[in-house]
Amino acid sequence: MTARLIETNYQPLAKVDVDGVTVDIIENALRNAREEMDAVLFRTAMSPGIREQGDCFPMIANKDGKMVVGQFGSFIAPFLEAYDAEIEEGDVILTNDPYMCNAAVSHLPDWVVLVPVFKDGRHIAWSAMFGHMSDNGGMVPGSIPIQATNIFQEGIRIPPTKLYKKGVLQSDLLELILHNVRTPQWNRFDLNALVAACNTAAKRCVELAVRFGDDVLFSTMGIMLQRNYDAMKHIIGMFIPEEPREFEDYICDDGMGMGPYKIKCTMWREGEKAIFDFAGTDPQAQSSVNFFLNEDMFKMFFGSFTINVVDPQIVFNDGFYDLVDVRIPQGTLLKPNYPAALSGRTHALGRIFDVLGALLGMGAPEMMLNAAGFSDSPHLFFSGYDTRPEKNGEWFQLFQIGFGGVPGRPAGDGPDGHSLWPGFTNVPNEFIESYFPLRIERYETIADSGGAGLHRGGNGLSVAYRFLCDGDIGIHDERWLTYPWGVLGGDTGLRSTKKLVRVDGSEEWLPAKVEGIKVKAGDMLYFNTWGGGGWGDPFARDPELVRQDVARRLVTVDGAKRYGVVIAADGSVDVGATAAMRKQLVETRGENKPLFNFGGELEDIRARCEAETHLPAPVKPTFSGAQMSAK
Amino acid sequence: MSYRLGVDVGGTFTDLLLINEQTGETFTAKVPSTPEDSSIGVLNGIARICDESGIDPRSVSRVMHGTTVATNAVLTGKGAKVGLVTTAGYEGTLQVARSYCPGGLGGWVSFVKKPLLAPLELTIGAHERLSATGQMVTPLDEEQLRKDLRTLHATGQVEALTICFINSYINGAHEVRAREIAAEIFGDTPISISSEVVPEMQEYERTETTVVNSYVRPEVATYVNNLQAALEEKMGADTQLSILRSDGGLASARASAVSPVNLLMSGPAGGVSGAIYFCSRAGYNNILTFDMGGTSTDVALIQNSRARVRRETIVGDVRVRAPSVDVRTVGAGGGSIAFVPELTKALRVGPESAGAVPGPACYMKGGEQPTVCDANVILGYLPSDVQLGGKMQINREASVAAVQKVADAMGIGLMEAAEGIVKIVNESMFGALRLVSVEQGYDPRDFALVGFGGAGPLHANAMGVLTEAWPVIIPPGPGVLCAYGDATTQVQDEAARTYLMMASDLTNEQLVADLHELQVRAGEALLADHIPESEHEISYQADLRYAGQAFQITIDFSEAELQEKGIALLTGQFDAEHEQLFTFKLNDGHEILMIRAMAKAKAKAIAEFKMGEAGTTLDECKIHESKFYYGGDWHTANIYDRKKLHQGLQVAGPAIIGEMDSTTVVLPGYIAAIDAIGNLLINPALGGDSL
Repeated sequence: MTARLIETNYQPLAKVDVDGVTVDIIENALRNAREEMDAVLFRTAMSPGIREQGDCFPMIANKDGKMVVGQFGSFIAPFLEAYDAEIEEGDVILTNDPYMCNAAVSHLPDWVVLVPVFKDGRHIAWSAMFGHMSDNGGMVPGSIPIQATNIFQEGIRIPPTKLYKKGVLQSDLLELILHNVRTPQWNRFDLNALVAACNTAAKRCVELAVRFGDDVLFSTMGIMLQRNYDAMKHIIGMFIPEEPREFEDYICDDGMGMGPYKIKCTMWREGEKAIFDFAGTDPQAQSSVNFFLNEDMFKMFFGSFTINVVDPQIVFNDGFYDLVDVRIPQGTLLKPNYPAALSGRTHALGRIFDVLGALLGMGAPEMMLNAAGFSDSPHLFFSGYDTRPEKNGEWFQLFQIGFGGVPGRPAGDGPDGHSLWPGFTNVPNEFIESYFPLRIERYETIADSGGAGLHRGGNGLSVAYRFLCDGDIGIHDERWLTYPWGVLGGDTGLRSTKKLVRVDGSEEWLPAKVEGIKVKAGDMLYFNTWGGGGWGDPFARDPELVRQDVARRLVTVDGAKRYGVVIAADGSVDVGATAAMRKQLVETRGENKPLFNFGGELEDIRARCEAETHLPAPVKPTFSGAQMSAK
Repeated sequence: MSYRLGVDVGGTFTDLLLINEQTGETFTAKVPSTPEDSSIGVLNGIARICDESGIDPRSVSRVMHGTTVATNAVLTGKGAKVGLVTTAGYEGTLQVARSYCPGGLGGWVSFVKKPLLAPLELTIGAHERLSATGQMVTPLDEEQLRKDLRTLHATGQVEALTICFINSYINGAHEVRAREIAAEIFGDTPISISSEVVPEMQEYERTETTVVNSYVRPEVATYVNNLQAALEEKMGADTQLSILRSDGGLASARASAVSPVNLLMSGPAGGVSGAIYFCSRAGYNNILTFDMGGTSTDVALIQNSRARVRRETIVGDVRVRAPSVDVRTVGAGGGSIAFVPELTKALRVGPESAGAVPGPACYMKGGEQPTVCDANVILGYLPSDVQLGGKMQINREASVAAVQKVADAMGIGLMEAAEGIVKIVNESMFGALRLVSVEQGYDPRDFALVGFGGAGPLHANAMGVLTEAWPVIIPPGPGVLCAYGDATTQVQDEAARTYLMMASDLTNEQLVADLHELQVRAGEALLADHIPESEHEISYQADLRYAGQAFQITIDFSEAELQEKGIALLTGQFDAEHEQLFTFKLNDGHEILMIRAMAKAKAKAIAEFKMGEAGTTLDECKIHESKFYYGGDWHTANIYDRKKLHQGLQVAGPAIIGEMDSTTVVLPGYIAAIDAIGNLLINPALGGDSL
């Protein structure tokens, strides 16, 4: 069962010699084309999610479906395997179903558009792009229902489908799809933009083939892939030990009362091959927090983390995939059995980066190990009818992504209130206030939330949302139970919290994953994200830097004591008191600086949970027969 | 006789151009810039140019100036200590910025955030709040503000103060009041408020823009005031000093000292103005400009002799919401360094540059790394065997030694490596040209390509081959074109307001009335500079989008057009442009975000550029015979003196045309003709329209 490309020109593309300079020129040109895809999308898309937050990813692949330029790696080969149809010039393929494309996209709100590129009747390349749609129908506005237990509750499933057939838009189909989402206008524009971006890239590929010749373009793509292969071969030999190395981390809960769920990975090298084995990862979750991880996508995560070291200008691609073997057991959190729910996958996706970073860095922690940071994109949904005067009760739904503390790193302090995701930006509050019934009364970094260290973890953000009309909110958040860990003696970062202050003055702490909370006009939600872990010995941090952080209100006078720094009443460093305090703290701690500081054993953290977080501890996951049988 | 003087202060050189307003006769001079105090370089240059031309400084009536003083303050981090007052709860606006870590997946690992231009320890929050519609939610707590401002003032550190409150783009009342209070405490310290500097939505961008204004303000004010005083002393009290703004308009010295954030692209805007000046006179109204300097290249697209103005200016890492000529910059210039990463064996050029110091290897000032300039020397484009107008000695041996390193690393020959370096840098500039043309829906073949800047004419013919934008035009004085631009533009000002109106809810009368109000405000600055209303040219702009889109398109129109067609003029033009850019349009849902009125002083004609004596034969213009390498072969090439060339002459490639500040390469198979304006027009030799 595979896709069949229909060409009118069957003359095969030939592998020819291409001089190095021409390769470099084509490499530049393809890089430009990929950047142009982003530019086209940002300008034409309409939803704040894509437009302002940049939640979208472009790609250009060679005729075999290998990504030559892009970000998250190619899903085309597995997709073609799963797509039983003929593909012709002018076709534009759309899908959103992870189960139909080997997790090319990992939840339904991500719509992926795929365009085969033809020249003179011959198939020469692919362009593709996916973007996160504001809504995909289903149980809840925003279509990321926490309580979903199977994918049918998560909205419309689009199997690989021709949105355009030989250049003709299948408008009945499009209207059917858009009829099933709550934000048809946004989705229409965003989808249009994805298609426009892919078509632009296709045009550029054809122009390059005209300019240099079809065979030269084809061969150059091969050379670009080979360059990555060569570079990664070197990197794997350099960074991946033959001795297995393992690391585990958790997502805190599943939103239905159970957690934490373990993600475990073991890494080693056999010859020139790197192996990542996720055996030991917990079985799939009952709710939507599963992350259906495509093995190739994980290879890409690995490559992008390391390749910058040798040639930051290299156009990063798929060429090295044969050098990496990723093993994910079926039926686990990372490869759940159909029809498990998948929409809330962002947390496990983020945690994968903490795990990967730890595995790669622990061999040379002073040079390469980062603490745990804001590896997530927590969501806030707010929806309802806008009952303010002149708004005529019109339906609204807001989807906001949170930002937090980048961890302390070998490179220095972690930035405050930033994002680890490529291209993500926050949405200006003035924009939100002018289009949605709420007011953002405070938008500030949380002092002391970054873990103390020689390099301070970045602070989390506290965002105070004042609701201006009644509505429903939903929250997806993480790291409220387990800590953003510190490394090399660095402290943990502060965990996340959500506090709802009712208009009558009463207060309640909200769980990290919750939906259907009714809010009234005048209620205020404090959405506090987590800080990054600290890097290195906090008692070795220059007291002057601590003083500066205090003057900047990033660290409090009390918080400075975590660094063993005493700030006098006039704001200066009390040198004598600081020396004494540091001496004592070092003595108490001893010379033993832990490589990882997880904030204690998991069972202790669970035991302290209610007292510290005002929320009941999640129950240790138990797995049903179906889940267990998969193991 | 009356003269006008164009002065362009660049990073390395200060260029001057003196034009006789009656005869068009020009004099140029190039003197080293003096970054410690740019006015010294300017005054040196004036002394030089007047001395060399024998012209009395007192006969210079207007000095028009493009300056990088503001740009350099930003690039070198040597601006003022800025204090900031935000709405309470928003003190971290600059710290958090847009939460963006550059560099793709994993980019955060090495991202190091630059220090804030207004440090957090000098930032305070004011208790006040306006709603998104500009209604008061919380009144300004004046007493608390006064107290906090006193504490801030007592630090003794604040050299310029910025006030930016949430939603002030729609109602500036709280900011205005806060400024009054601050002025009581801060006395003469300059205060910038966001509702005046940039009344546009988006708190981070507005805060950053207003802070940058404060950051460069003391230095620019000092510079402008000193220069004005010195000019008056040398040239008489009636000398008018004007400064070229980023958007291509001229502002009076007074106005520019208050809003220096509008000067960040003053330099590139001068080049674009100069290119428009020469090309439009030659009948080329649609051009792509390509200004290649030592470290970077600026490109722009000009349609109907009008530069597109973008509502954003980028300098280094700093991005502000100030209007500027839509110039895109790539880190590719004559000084860009070529290298070969060991593992991938790819040839990379730039963005690292050898700069002026140590400079390219060929100049023997300590540079040993191979640069684009060295490749040009090896290929013979920059002749080392003959002294042209330039005063710098070129050493080919040094270039060979440098480029050989790249050749060895790649395992190829010297000439192949040199040609590779030039091809790569050309491709990267081609990328920038595509960005302003193809990516905006324009076909470069519908445009002429104008090459200038120190290195532009060397690469222009090759860029023409890539873009197929014929003819390739090399204007007179390509190395001092910015100064030409400075000398040939007019005073202009604008007034704008955030509108946020659905086009369908708006009447023609309402729109006309609102524009008239802006027009009065825009004209005030011109009146203050003694330009009577009868000399004002008024034009309008509106920014439109489909409601909900982040993208916007600026539509230019006149009052007459609006009276004739009504608001449909705007929506129709928007739909057409949208379709050109994105292949689709909607027919309703148009939102008008901003409206703007521009007042510009009417242009005064100046006489045309003077070129070589008619009747001189091509042979008499020849300086020397040389050779250069192109397409894998050596070609014999004559070197000609541009000073002597005149209308009617044609130079067939392979050839090199030298002049004081620049060198033009004409490739084999191409031919350069001299037009009536003095431009070199390069076309393919077969079938080109120059034949």
